[in-house]
Amino acid sequence: MFAEASTVADKALSSGWFLEHAFIIPIIPAVAFALIIFFGKKLPMKGSELGILSMLASLVFSVGAALQWISRVNGAAKEQYVEPVIRSWTWWDSGGFEFGIGQHIDGLSLTILVVVAFISSLVQIYSLEYLRGDRRYTHFFASLTLFSAGMLNMVVAENMIQLILGWEIMGLCSFMLIGHWWEEGANSRAALKAFFTTRTGDIGLLVGTSVLFFSANSWTQENLGVSGFSIRGLSAWALTGDPSHAAITVGAVALFIACIGKSGQFPLHTWLPDAMAGPTPVSSLLHSSTMVVAGVFLVGRLYPVFFEGMNILGSGVNLITVIGGITIVVAAALAFVQTDIKKVLAYSTVSQLGYMMMGLGAGAWLPAVFHIFTHAFFKACLFLAAGSISHSASHHSFEMKKDMGGLRKFMPITFTTWVISTLALCGVFPFAGFFSKDEIIDNVGHNGYTVFMVVGLVGAFMTAAYMTRATYLTFFGEPRGASAGESHDDHGDAHATHDPHDAHDSHDAHASHGPHESNLLITVPLMILATLALSAGLFNATPFGKSWERMAKWVEPSSVVVEDMARASVGETRGAPSAIAAEESAHKDSVCGTSTPATGICYAPQLQHAPFKWAKGAMSVFIVLMGMLISWLISVQMYTKKSGFFVGLTSRNKVLALGYRFLVNKYYLDHLYEKVIVHGIAHPIAKAAYWVNQNILDGIVNSAGLVTRRVAGWVYRNVDQRVVDGAVNGSGAVARGTGNVLRPVQSGKVSQYGALLFAAAAVAGLVLIIVNT
Amino acid sequence: MVAQNIAFGIIAVIMVVGALRVVTVNNVVHAALWLVLVLAGAAAQYILLTAEFVAVTQVLVYIGAVMVLFLFGTMLTRAQLGKEKLLNNPTWYLGIPASLLLLGVMILALISSFGDEKLPTDSELVSTQAISDQIFGPYLLPFWALSFVLLVAVIGAIVLARKD
Amino acid sequence: MLVNQFLILAAVLFCIGVYGVIARRNAVMVLMSIELILNSVNINFLAFALRNGSVDGHVFALYIIAVAAAEVGVGLALVLLVYRNRKSIALDELSEMKG
Repeated sequence: MFAEASTVADKALSSGWFLEHAFIIPIIPAVAFALIIFFGKKLPMKGSELGILSMLASLVFSVGAALQWISRVNGAAKEQYVEPVIRSWTWWDSGGFEFGIGQHIDGLSLTILVVVAFISSLVQIYSLEYLRGDRRYTHFFASLTLFSAGMLNMVVAENMIQLILGWEIMGLCSFMLIGHWWEEGANSRAALKAFFTTRTGDIGLLVGTSVLFFSANSWTQENLGVSGFSIRGLSAWALTGDPSHAAITVGAVALFIACIGKSGQFPLHTWLPDAMAGPTPVSSLLHSSTMVVAGVFLVGRLYPVFFEGMNILGSGVNLITVIGGITIVVAAALAFVQTDIKKVLAYSTVSQLGYMMMGLGAGAWLPAVFHIFTHAFFKACLFLAAGSISHSASHHSFEMKKDMGGLRKFMPITFTTWVISTLALCGVFPFAGFFSKDEIIDNVGHNGYTVFMVVGLVGAFMTAAYMTRATYLTFFGEPRGASAGESHDDHGDAHATHDPHDAHDSHDAHASHGPHESNLLITVPLMILATLALSAGLFNATPFGKSWERMAKWVEPSSVVVEDMARASVGETRGAPSAIAAEESAHKDSVCGTSTPATGICYAPQLQHAPFKWAKGAMSVFIVLMGMLISWLISVQMYTKKSGFFVGLTSRNKVLALGYRFLVNKYYLDHLYEKVIVHGIAHPIAKAAYWVNQNILDGIVNSAGLVTRRVAGWVYRNVDQRVVDGAVNGSGAVARGTGNVLRPVQSGKVSQYGALLFAAAAVAGLVLIIVNT
Repeated sequence: MVAQNIAFGIIAVIMVVGALRVVTVNNVVHAALWLVLVLAGAAAQYILLTAEFVAVTQVLVYIGAVMVLFLFGTMLTRAQLGKEKLLNNPTWYLGIPASLLLLGVMILALISSFGDEKLPTDSELVSTQAISDQIFGPYLLPFWALSFVLLVAVIGAIVLARKD
Repeated sequence: MLVNQFLILAAVLFCIGVYGVIARRNAVMVLMSIELILNSVNINFLAFALRNGSVDGHVFALYIIAVAAAEVGVGLALVLLVYRNRKSIALDELSEMKG
């Protein structure tokens, strides 16, 4: 097989300036961040121009690099491995370990780079109007720019250390941006929650990176001459380096935990809807292309590690698909009971991220990446539309039931872009979501994950239903609340006191008359995004035949075996492979698609694409349309006609009421985390410590002293001083007695914790010794 | 080699006794002086372990500077110079089981992993040049980090201890 | 000389230090016990440096001495601050951080 591979005439790959210098892309916004922080307030536009210019520059660089990558791929021979453009420098070295920094540019990173730079630019332009007059205007643009820089850095990252750097920058910036209006307690709590929840997952990132480094480093140094942090090295090691099963499984699971936290997957998704506390442009950026996509991107980036570690394609079920599948349904169900338009969108993001994870877990790498691409456009558009509504129609309220309704007449552009994006999100035929989401569902079924295909279809039905409900509540029916101009005064007053928009409110035209269309700075980004929501699917339109599958050609890495000179020279000294190694390489056959000779390395697993069938596509579109229709009918009955059957159904029917309460309380997950886990662990331990402290440790010593004192006091009071001033002395004795009882609770706590700590360390050491012998 | 073993034994006994006195005496100044003995013993052990430069640094930094700091701290906080009753926690006895457990586990682990493995006897004293080559070569980054830590510690100590 | 004689000496010193940290109430005494712990670690580093014939252990022993000096400096500044505010350096009376 190897001979066959070498018979294909490999052409020299073209490259270009933008490709070779892609590492500049994250540097531009990082520099802009520093400039905004230091000089932003002195500039005519308060620093926002720097942010927008830097994002546009990044966009130009990204598009340039993407075009050069496309010509590189087009110039390659068939079946040739198109090498990613990798450059690396030593960042620091310590004790013989080198930590590099550089770029690893291939189709995947370029896709995300273009999306991130593009959406960031639009979001910043939108923010010019949305945050006009905000009191931390300059800082907002600084954080937004750094946020994008973090994501871009993570995407171009050559190795895990650089990736972690970008990952953590994003975590920090999300904290700053979600808590942008921190004067309100809820906002700062949401920021803290987002930070701590993702930090919980980040433990997995550090553990996984270290585990993989120490298992892979010697192999990658020997065969590729790169460190065990490098993404290229890890990919090759996972597929061809004969990794130990335990190491790669532990590494993959640990990394996946980080992805669960960052991408809001099922058990740790609770921070994402709360993150709506930030300004709408932040939600838009956070939910479409940065932050939450980071987790999905990590799985896609180190796909060989997850492929081997999770045994993708080896069985009908694995951790990634299960988590993804649960997330799809759980989050979609939650979206039904939200009355806040941004929360509906937030849960929809969680659900769509579930699709991406499920796709990756089921071997549908390309559809999942494609879904990141299309989802970014329509989700950004939906969020910006929601922001436009709150900005121009409902006086900064996001309550659909209270403050919206009937807005289609007032905001035609917002309405049209919203509907286009909704159709794209639901996956109706010519819109972007159809091509990506349907591909995921189709490929998941094709790869033998039948159950998860059904989950995907159910999720599509639910998506269609809740989005129709939200659309109906927002744009149809009669205007309510703030949109209708009611309670406008109290609302305005309430805002004047705490809303950072107050400066903006005072001069804004809409304070005097009702809902109207937003101005150009808001609608132009909306229209651009809606156009892409309409057309982005054509990048990989499988239904129209092979020639339309551009994404498959440009982005998907080839799984052919690559001859590696470094390894070829080493291979001879290694001697004949043992029987086990031969068996291993036989196993690898199915993975790489070609045999793995001693001199070859492959960087991507062999994946199949499900052939598109119109019947299947029609079925999923039918399911989506059914969801929309049913939801529409129920919405009309419930919200406009106030049908006696539907209104109050959840309070009349016991089963439904139970389900409704369950959903409104978000499955009680927050209760679980805060009340049960935090209190459950903290309280009993505190109580037990208190009890032990009071009753056992000092009780013995103290009670002896106390009894003596009490007896003495009793004798003293009763015999000597009973008549004179018994009352005064008695109260003194009570005070002293109480003090003596309470003092041991305070005393020595730290040292007791210390004793427990060291004893626990000793026991843990003992356990380790026993396990190891 | 016998001489070295004897030296080790004597110094070790002095160190253990000194350390026990550090944690048991009821006088802060006495405890500090016992600590000097332990630290000097440690310096002697470093010489046995061919670590000449570290031993000298130990004497200069610990006995020269750190101990003075400790005595200053004792003076400035006006601790009683004589015996003090309340140097120990009321629950001091908890330390005995915790540390004995830890000691047992560590000795068990050490004996099972190193048994009676011998140290090389023919090694010469490690030259200062070799150490500096390591510090200013592969371990330069921790050195920078450490310089930064010291800077922060100096600033922190000043900020904390200022009167205003 | 055995490797273990140094390692066990270090273990003994370490445990005495641990006892001191747990049992002592006076902040200065706790700091002294921490010095014992740090020194035992240094003995370990140097013993392994000799055993493995490498200089890395010496480097880290020096780093530890430097860190210990910084730690004592900041620790005693804290003790002074506490003393100034409370006229006492008994650790068990510091319970403002209790939840």
